[in-house]
Amino acid sequence: MSVRSIKTVRVDYFALLKEQRGLASEKLQTECATVQELYEELQKRYGFSLKHSSIAVALNDEFADWSRTLCESDKVVFIPPVAGG
Amino acid sequence: MFSISNTPIDIDALKQLVNTPEAGAYVAFEGWVRESNEGKKVTALEYEAYEELAVKEGKKILEEARKFNILKAQCVHRTGPLKIGELAVIVVVSSAHRKEAFVACEFIINEIKKRVPIWKRESYEDGSTSWVNCAHGCEEKHSHDPVPEGARS
Repeated sequence: MSVRSIKTVRVDYFALLKEQRGLASEKLQTECATVQELYEELQKRYGFSLKHSSIAVALNDEFADWSRTLCESDKVVFIPPVAGG
Repeated sequence: MFSISNTPIDIDALKQLVNTPEAGAYVAFEGWVRESNEGKKVTALEYEAYEELAVKEGKKILEEARKFNILKAQCVHRTGPLKIGELAVIVVVSSAHRKEAFVACEFIINEIKKRVPIWKRESYEDGSTSWVNCAHGCEEKHSHDPVPEGARS
């Protein structure tokens, strides 16, 4: 499969991103090759205020690098600055 | 064990889980909901967690704390709406002697605050709300953001 192919991924949102997107989870089709491209595309579409450099990303419930390739059926979660404790 | 709970935490049950005959020391840290943050009066507070990853990362931190030569460690973090004064997070550690338990307990809560995907939304007296720590890294200031740019340290 070429990285430019269209794939369906699941994106979950939390905290500020959930508020700005207006929902907690969605399935979407994308041609983005990496998780960073996907964030930048969604940021443009939904006006997310957080820069990718200030957040983290998880792929299939593991922290991942921004350069990771997106694959069919991946679960992507963008992680705003945490504030537990 | 690290867990997330949307109901009040049973402190005594947790304490029993680290009580072992080899232990001569028990140290606990309790994080409570404070009535103010950065000079603003907090009226309500809510925690949200990315549970799958929070539990994985929390367990990893408790594993890492074994380097301090402790016996047992447990942590529970609340989610959902909490009242002022309520218990938000608890870390309990047992060890043969007190020094190891003190050091490990501080290490665990510090790492949890840094690494575990849990978020806190505060509501203030003036009706505004804020996701704590999320004002940094914004492309631009948003009108609903109650904290002026640069006001956080």
